[in-house]
Amino acid sequence: MSAPPAAAPVTAPQRERLLGAYCCIGILFGVVLTKGELASWFRIQEALRFKGPYLYEVFASALVVAAPGFALLKRRRARSLAGEPIAIAPKVLGSGIRYVLGSLSFGLGWGLIGVCPGPLFALLGAGVSVMAVVCVAALAGTWVYGWLRPSLPH
Amino acid sequence: MFPFLLKSWPWYVTGPLVGLVAIGLLVVGNKPFGISANLRHMCAASFPGRVAFFQYDWRRAGLWNLVFIAGVVAGGFVGGVLLRSPDPVAITPQALAALGIRDFSGLVPRELFNWRALLSVRGVVMMAGGGFLVGFGTSWAGGCTSGHGISGLADLQPASLIAVISFFAAGAAASFFLLPLLVPR
Repeated sequence: MSAPPAAAPVTAPQRERLLGAYCCIGILFGVVLTKGELASWFRIQEALRFKGPYLYEVFASALVVAAPGFALLKRRRARSLAGEPIAIAPKVLGSGIRYVLGSLSFGLGWGLIGVCPGPLFALLGAGVSVMAVVCVAALAGTWVYGWLRPSLPH
Repeated sequence: MFPFLLKSWPWYVTGPLVGLVAIGLLVVGNKPFGISANLRHMCAASFPGRVAFFQYDWRRAGLWNLVFIAGVVAGGFVGGVLLRSPDPVAITPQALAALGIRDFSGLVPRELFNWRALLSVRGVVMMAGGGFLVGFGTSWAGGCTSGHGISGLADLQPASLIAVISFFAAGAAASFFLLPLLVPR
């Protein structure tokens, strides 16, 4: 067996076609977030206050589908439709401090507004116009993180 | 016309579809499912300043994801406006009694999420403060509920498990102890 041929460079029309595919998957995800009530402030607060299983059932069933799917793609050394080998980059653990402190900050904000980044964008589309302010604030938070990054533990 | 299209979906439809979205992005173009990276790409594209974190080719690294998130906005319109559910969310009203919420229609309580609320300190702390922390924290942690909660956990990454435990703990703490101080009575 010879080695598989190197991935052909992605041509411009091919890249445009792929962008269309990402857009379609995004539309599907936006519909899932709204019709599946993951963009519902009520559902998020219900879960964070341990008053109902809905969000946990969604997470568990998403992982039941995604985990074997990821494992299969890795084991088969599958290639994407674009021709690249599918590889999931491992997250560098290090001391783990960035995952603790970063996620604690994120969680505080998540509990306050009941909205995480995906639903934030879906709610903009759903006509909750004041989410634009939350979005600008999230961009400001991202920018300040980038600015402070050299002095924050990672 | 098709009333079943307007109904909210049960968890066993929603969850597996989320999993399929993550698998779909890998299969189409070897792309990792994660929303919060877009906040970084948007900063890099519009006001990078002299900050090293934003000095990279955002088109090459993130155009696909920005197109994906544009799709999410469009999908939010489809699911939240065109197929808007006529029924209030199916949770017991007592579940959120401590927050004084009475109107359970729509995706967010209109008592809290409106432009007038930004005239009060409570509203500014909740929306601007909450949004700031979401952007700051997800960038620091390198992922949010999608990147760590779905992609990272599905790939059995220890870093993502730490992240998920941390943001759920802080989210519960904020909902129990901070949010009651910020809702109007």
